[in-house]
Amino acid sequence: MLSLPVFIIASLIKIVLVIFVLLTAVAYTVWLERKVVGHMQNRWGPSRVGPFGLLQPLADGIKFLVKEDLTPPHVYRPLFIAAPMIAVVCALTSIAVIPFGTAITVFGYSIPMQITDIHIGLLVILGITSVGVYGVALAGWSSNSKYSLLGGLRASAQMVSYEICLGLSLVGVLIVSGSFSLREIVESQSGHFWGFIPKWNIFYGGQFVAFFIYLMAAYAETNRIPFDLPEAETELVAGYHTEYSAMKFAMFFMAEYANMITVASLATLLFLGGWSGPLFGPPLLQAILPTFWFVAKVFVFLFIYIWVRGTLPRFRYDQLMAFGWKFLFPLAIANLVVTALVVALFGTSRG
Amino acid sequence: MLHLVLFLVFGAICVAGAVNLLVQKHPIGSALSLVVVMASLAVEYLLLGAEFVAAVQVIVYAGAVMVLFVFVIMLLNAGEEELTKGSRVAVVLGVPGVLAGGLLVAWVLLRHSGEHTVSLGALPGYPKVIGQLLFHEFLLPFEVTSILVLIAILGAVFLASKPEATPRPTGKEN
Repeated sequence: MLSLPVFIIASLIKIVLVIFVLLTAVAYTVWLERKVVGHMQNRWGPSRVGPFGLLQPLADGIKFLVKEDLTPPHVYRPLFIAAPMIAVVCALTSIAVIPFGTAITVFGYSIPMQITDIHIGLLVILGITSVGVYGVALAGWSSNSKYSLLGGLRASAQMVSYEICLGLSLVGVLIVSGSFSLREIVESQSGHFWGFIPKWNIFYGGQFVAFFIYLMAAYAETNRIPFDLPEAETELVAGYHTEYSAMKFAMFFMAEYANMITVASLATLLFLGGWSGPLFGPPLLQAILPTFWFVAKVFVFLFIYIWVRGTLPRFRYDQLMAFGWKFLFPLAIANLVVTALVVALFGTSRG
Repeated sequence: MLHLVLFLVFGAICVAGAVNLLVQKHPIGSALSLVVVMASLAVEYLLLGAEFVAAVQVIVYAGAVMVLFVFVIMLLNAGEEELTKGSRVAVVLGVPGVLAGGLLVAWVLLRHSGEHTVSLGALPGYPKVIGQLLFHEFLLPFEVTSILVLIAILGAVFLASKPEATPRPTGKEN
């Protein structure tokens, strides 16, 4: 165990580092999305600011900061100001329990690559994201405009509906791993089936179905195409953030992309074996490699997000609800039953 | 010591939220104060060591039930509360009534559980323990409760289903 001063200093360094990396990742996910979608649509995407438009996020940030922060006269001010804060705080907080790799040794202290390891880590993430709905819902209501209100209503109904499927898809993984701690879930996935297939949860006991359900539900939870009804431009102007400008608007944007990163990290940890991957080379490389594998898997997941955005059209609202309740929900329950049977008959992937 | 300070702080927030719930004129304000009450209750569970219960409290009550409350308030576009004669009578009779009830409860609690205060962080709230309690010792109450919930769901489906006789709008009328 670490002594208290060392623990506090290590935690502070980790917090600053993780927030810095997360915010940079958020900014560059926006850049990546614009670039990739641009190429998919036979355009260049951002290309003027810096090489390959790499400084575009910086330019965007400066623009958001120096723009006039308009507050329309008809809004309910306290909630109008609080809503983007709730959204962004909830989105950024949930990264605190996500482990990025095994422990590294610095100056003789073994420091885990995670801000805090609590044994109900998964539940903490679910709790924080479920509170994040208020940001969107209250933004829609407090703006006092019909488009915002419709966006907020759609968002809250959609997120509550898909949260059930999301939760159920994770229960299968929990049965297989037998723990709520994200670190233990990842450690239960180390090793290989028959010597060559990695023991990731996605390859065990029908969890591929759970992964599919998780993917769909996660797209709906983060309000992404094909489920971006709350901000459908063609019908609702911009949905819940229609009345927002400058940094408040940017906060919603940051919340959306930070949520994407959290969801991608969670998928990596629960289904794709977290930081497990081949280790080789000198000790320094071996210390960095787990985190590299983790980031690589998250990146693949984010790329699929963007790929889907560039490919699929938007659902109609009743189709969205029917898909969630009449297809995903029964499928999630069936998967749960099958997983329980498999584990009861053949044991968990560990034993 | 830190536990006690945290307990008092979040207890105060909880009570303040509950009072604010009654004082607020607009239903959204009331609903949000209820969220505050739920969240601070979750912190109190956490202080007792019941981490799982605290997390479930946030996920279910603050995250799902109250979101639906807010959703319904937004959907119905409920306005400010209107004071009627009945509500004035309720204020006159209710406030002393609540005070008397609170004093009674406090007196009974002090009288009968003076020596046995629960020490903070004493209850092991691991998910495994709770699962064993639910599915071994309290299996029958648990299953009976789930049937109760099922009946509620059936009732909601029945109330929400439209009678067959009304023709569905075809979109050609306009």
